Amino acid sequence: MVDIKKMFKNGLITENPTFVQLLGMCPTLAITTEASNGVGMGVAVILVLMLSNFLISLMRKFIPSQVRIASYIVIISGVVTAIQLLIKAYVPALDKSLGLFIPLIVVNCIILARAEAFASKNGVLPSVLDGLFMGIGFTFALTILACIRELIGAGTLFGFDILNRFGYEPITFFVQPAGAFITLGVLVAAVTAIRQKAEAKKDKEVDDK
Amino acid sequence: MDFLKVTSSPHMRHEDSTRIIMLDVLIALCPALIWAVIVFGARALILTLVSVASCVLFEFLYRLIMKKPCSVGDLSAAVTGVLLAFCLPVSVPIWLPVVGSFFAIVIVKQLYGGIGKNVVNPALAARVFLFLAYPDKLGGSAFTIPKASLPLFGNVNLTPDVVASATPLANLSEGAAPTEDIFTLFLGERAGCIGEVSILMILAGALYLLVRKIITWHIPVAYIVTVAVVSYIFPASGMDAVQYVLCELCSGGLMLGAFFMATDYTTSPVSAKGRIIYGIGCGLITMFVRNCGGYPEGVSFAILIMNCLAWYIDKFTRPRVFGGAKKNVKK
Repeated sequence: MVDIKKMFKNGLITENPTFVQLLGMCPTLAITTEASNGVGMGVAVILVLMLSNFLISLMRKFIPSQVRIASYIVIISGVVTAIQLLIKAYVPALDKSLGLFIPLIVVNCIILARAEAFASKNGVLPSVLDGLFMGIGFTFALTILACIRELIGAGTLFGFDILNRFGYEPITFFVQPAGAFITLGVLVAAVTAIRQKAEAKKDKEVDDK
Repeated sequence: MDFLKVTSSPHMRHEDSTRIIMLDVLIALCPALIWAVIVFGARALILTLVSVASCVLFEFLYRLIMKKPCSVGDLSAAVTGVLLAFCLPVSVPIWLPVVGSFFAIVIVKQLYGGIGKNVVNPALAARVFLFLAYPDKLGGSAFTIPKASLPLFGNVNLTPDVVASATPLANLSEGAAPTEDIFTLFLGERAGCIGEVSILMILAGALYLLVRKIITWHIPVAYIVTVAVVSYIFPASGMDAVQYVLCELCSGGLMLGAFFMATDYTTSPVSAKGRIIYGIGCGLITMFVRNCGGYPEGVSFAILIMNCLAWYIDKFTRPRVFGGAKKNVKK
């Protein structure tokens, strides 16, 4: 019934929220200074996306379409508040390093976009899966971005020394905001190139048939 | 009566190609390079060669990996390499130009589509990148006194009072007169980046470019006159206005930037009017950064900002099509 493989590929590559849809740029650029931040933010977003998609899909028949956006925001902010309290209680270090960006998940466009584009039109199970896969795609993008920036900008990975022991001099530029834009730009260009190549290949196969 | 034959346009052809233009630019940069070797020693030459070699190599490798036609032959990468080395202090480690070349060629130039498609000047963007990435290696304390004996390949141990020296601009921005007199500044026996020190040598190269019609006078003249006018209106306290204007003109990377970087074809406006606006903009931003900003030198920032605006300037100064309607015609 649910094409899990296709949905997984959608979230990770073809409709990757960060690299393809360019949604949620604010946390993407701001918190990816360390790999652990990227993973932490990603996991938080996965949880929020799954829960909010679940709730919105459950209530999609009761929410009047005129006030749907406001209703989504109320549901999302409720979920985010709960997650924030959990993070504060169990991983205070992550709460400290992400700071304001955890409550700001409320206004992360990925979550509202999935609510509007998917959860409000689909059943509960597909919606939860969509939330999971989109969240994984977001985490994947954030982790790659954060790994590159941390490796070049600080010479470490998840806090472990990788390059500095070889006498590498960190280019602090990459952990500054401008470095985030440049790294993201290069990554988006690379992903777009790969996608275009794959599509061209697909078209060719269709033509050959 | 062969010349009366009617043919379709173009009627006159010029043998100019990118390669010849870039070769001319390289020739024009030679005097400044020779002077750099005289003042800073062979280390300046080695840094320049490393920079050129890595620029050409990165261009070659990128085109090879992306399966695009090889564009090394047009020499534009070599020009970028020389210009990049020219705006570094001579005390930087030998590997530093390699990092800069990668940024200039791969990020700024090739990812945007290669020669003719980059938005900003690759050499200048790489210089600013290096400046932000390694502030201690390119900042004010990295400049050495002229004729200091520096190691050819090893790292330079910068000790104040022995090798390190404030640039004339650093003195100016602190409100003090440069220790050198105007003639020394003009000749170029001072602390500074590799290619920027000798105004005389840069002017010699620029004259060659002007005679060969590689560049037009509009951008450099508008740029330099703007800097002169602004510094005449707002002189530093305790200095003679004319003296101050000459100091501002002869220090920093103004001449190198005005003649060799602001005039880059790809990133500057096309029309004469546009070029003058562009030059004035460069001059205003340069003086703004020099007098009000946190950094002593604003040439690189000014040219990069105006690079981004070149497209708008072109749009607003588009000349009337010959025979087309005039603007503001009275009816």
